[in-house]
Amino acid sequence: MTNHIITLPLLVNLFISIILMFYWRKVRLQKIVSVAGSVLGLAVAILVFIHVYQNGTQTVASGNWSAPFGIVLVGDMLAATLILLTAISALAVSVFSTVAVINARLRFGYFSVFHFLILGLNGAFLTGDIFNLYVWFEIIIISSFVLISIGGEKNQLEGAVKYFTLNFFASMIFLTALGILYGLAGTLNMADLSAKVSQIDNQVLVEVCAILFLVGFGIKSAVFPLYFWLPASYHTPPAAVSAIFSGLLTKVGVYAMIRVFSVIFEMTPFLQTLLMVIAVLTIFSGGVGSLIQNNIRKVFSYLIICHIGFMIGGLAMFTKVAIAGVAFYLIHDIIIKTNLFLIAGLIFRMKASSSMRKIGGIYSNYPKLSLLISIPLFSLIGIPPLSGFWPKISLIIASFELKHYWFFGALIFGSFITLVIIARLWSRVFWKEQPKMDSNPKFNYFYQLSKFDKMRFVLPIVLLTIVTLYIGFGAEHIQEISTRIAEEIVNKDLYINAVLKSS
Amino acid sequence: MEILLAIMIGFLYAAGIYMIMRRSIVKLILGIVLLGNGVNLLIFLLGRITKGEPPIIPGTESVIEGLYADPIPQALILTAIVISFGLQSFAIILVKRAYKVLGTDDLDQLNTTDENS
Repeated sequence: MTNHIITLPLLVNLFISIILMFYWRKVRLQKIVSVAGSVLGLAVAILVFIHVYQNGTQTVASGNWSAPFGIVLVGDMLAATLILLTAISALAVSVFSTVAVINARLRFGYFSVFHFLILGLNGAFLTGDIFNLYVWFEIIIISSFVLISIGGEKNQLEGAVKYFTLNFFASMIFLTALGILYGLAGTLNMADLSAKVSQIDNQVLVEVCAILFLVGFGIKSAVFPLYFWLPASYHTPPAAVSAIFSGLLTKVGVYAMIRVFSVIFEMTPFLQTLLMVIAVLTIFSGGVGSLIQNNIRKVFSYLIICHIGFMIGGLAMFTKVAIAGVAFYLIHDIIIKTNLFLIAGLIFRMKASSSMRKIGGIYSNYPKLSLLISIPLFSLIGIPPLSGFWPKISLIIASFELKHYWFFGALIFGSFITLVIIARLWSRVFWKEQPKMDSNPKFNYFYQLSKFDKMRFVLPIVLLTIVTLYIGFGAEHIQEISTRIAEEIVNKDLYINAVLKSS
Repeated sequence: MEILLAIMIGFLYAAGIYMIMRRSIVKLILGIVLLGNGVNLLIFLLGRITKGEPPIIPGTESVIEGLYADPIPQALILTAIVISFGLQSFAIILVKRAYKVLGTDDLDQLNTTDENS
C-alpha cells in the first residue's frame, strides 16, 4: 500500500532544522521553534503510528522508481513504533534542553543539529534500502559528533575524539560489508536482497559479509568486545545530549541488526550461537562494569550496555516469543534510558556534582521529586507491574523453550545486578546524608532557579515517567503491538511482499 | 587489473587501520583518510570493472545486450566520497581543537574520561 503519510516525520524535522538555521543567534526564538516543532513531530508520529496500526505496512517509492530499482521507504509496525518513541523522547529532551543547556552552546546551532539527528533517526527506521540506511546512519553520526563536541570543554573534546574514531570505523566496516553484499547480489533493496542472497553459491562469503555487518552495528550498539567508547564518552556532553544518545543512538544499532538479520540474512545456527555468546558477555560485562563506577552518569552508561545484551539475546533466539520480548524491551528501554540521563542532569543541577561520593540527601531536600524519580528507577529494575518486568517474561519463556539456560542465567544476573546498582544509587544519592561540600558560588543551583525554569527541568521527566507507567500498566496493549512486530519480523515474506508487490 | 586493485585495497586498509592505532593524533586523521579511500575503491572493484562498455541502450532496442559497466557502484562511491570528505574535515577541526584545549597530541594521554571519579 502506498501512502505518503509516512514521509511526514522526515519532512517535519527537516523543515524545523532549516527554519532554525535562519535564527542562528536568536536563542529564545530557537527554543520556542524547537519545542513547537517537537510537539508537531509528536503529532505527526502519532498520526503515522495510527495509520500503520490500522492499515498495515505502508511503502513509498521515492521519485516513483518502483521497488527493486529506486529507494523505498517502508513503514511497518516496528518502524512506526520506533518513530513514535523517537518523537516522545525528542519532545522531552527538547524541553529539557531549553533550560539545561547553556546559551553559549545553543548559539552554535544546537537545536538545528538536534532536529537533524531526529531526522536521521526517523530516516534510518523508515528506509528499505541498505545503502540509504548507511546514508541515514551518517546523518545520525555527523549530528551526534556536533552535539557531543559543541561547547568544547576539555572532557568533552576528549570524549568526542574517542566517539568519533570508533563510530567512523564502524561506518567504514558497514560500508565494506555493503560493498561486498552489492558485489555478491547486485541489488541494494533489502526485500530484493533477501531473495537474491539465499541463491548465492558462495554462502561462506555471505556469512563473512553478515559478520562484517554484525561488527559494524555491534560497535554502534555497544555490544561486548566493542563497547569501550561508550562509557568513555557518554558522560561528557550536557545531560540533554547524553539523554538522546543513550535513548536512541545505541538502539538504532540494535534496530539495524534486527532488520538486517531478519530480512537479508538467514539466521544460521552459527550466527545464533555467536549472537548468544555476545549477548551473555555483554550483560555480564555491562553489569559488572557499572558496579565499580562512582559517577552517576557512568553507572547509567554501563547499564545501557548491560541492557543491550537482553535485546541481542532475544534476537539470537529468533522465535516469535523472543522477538516480541525484544520489541517490548526496545519500547521500554528507549523511554527509560532517555529519562535516566535527564534525571542525572537534574541531580547535577541540584548538587553541582555527579560523583556519588560527594552528593547525598536528595530525599530529605526534595521528597516529592525523589518519589517521582523512584518510578523510572524501579521500572528499570523491572519490579512488577512496572514496565521493565513484562518483556523479561517473554524473553525467559523463549529461553526455556529453546533451552538457552546460559541466557536465562544472564538475564536473571543482569536484572539482579541492576537491582543492586539502583539500590546502591538510591541509598548513596537519595538517603545518605549530604557530605560536607562547599557550595560553588558561581553555580546556578536548582533551588535558585525561577519557577518556570524548574518546571522545564521537571516536566520532561514527568512526561517520560507517565509513558513508562503506561507501558507498565497498559502492558496488554504494548504486548499486542510487540506481538504484531514479532510476527512481521519472523515472517519476512510479509515485509518482502509489502515492498515488492506494492509498486 | 583486479589483482592489482585488490592488493592496493588491502594495503590501504592495513595502512589505515595501522595509522588509526598509532599514538599521534595527526596520524589518526591520515588513517581515517586512507581507510575511507580503501573502502571507496573496494566498492568500485566489487561492482565489476568493465572497460569501454557504457550502459547506454541503443535506440533500436529496449534492453542492453551483453556486458556493460554498472553505474550504481559509481553513484555509491560518489555518495561515500562526499560523506567521508565531510567527516574528514570535521575530524581535522576536532583534532585541532582537541590539541589546543588538551595540549597534547599523544592519544595515550587522553585517558581522563576513563578514570573513575
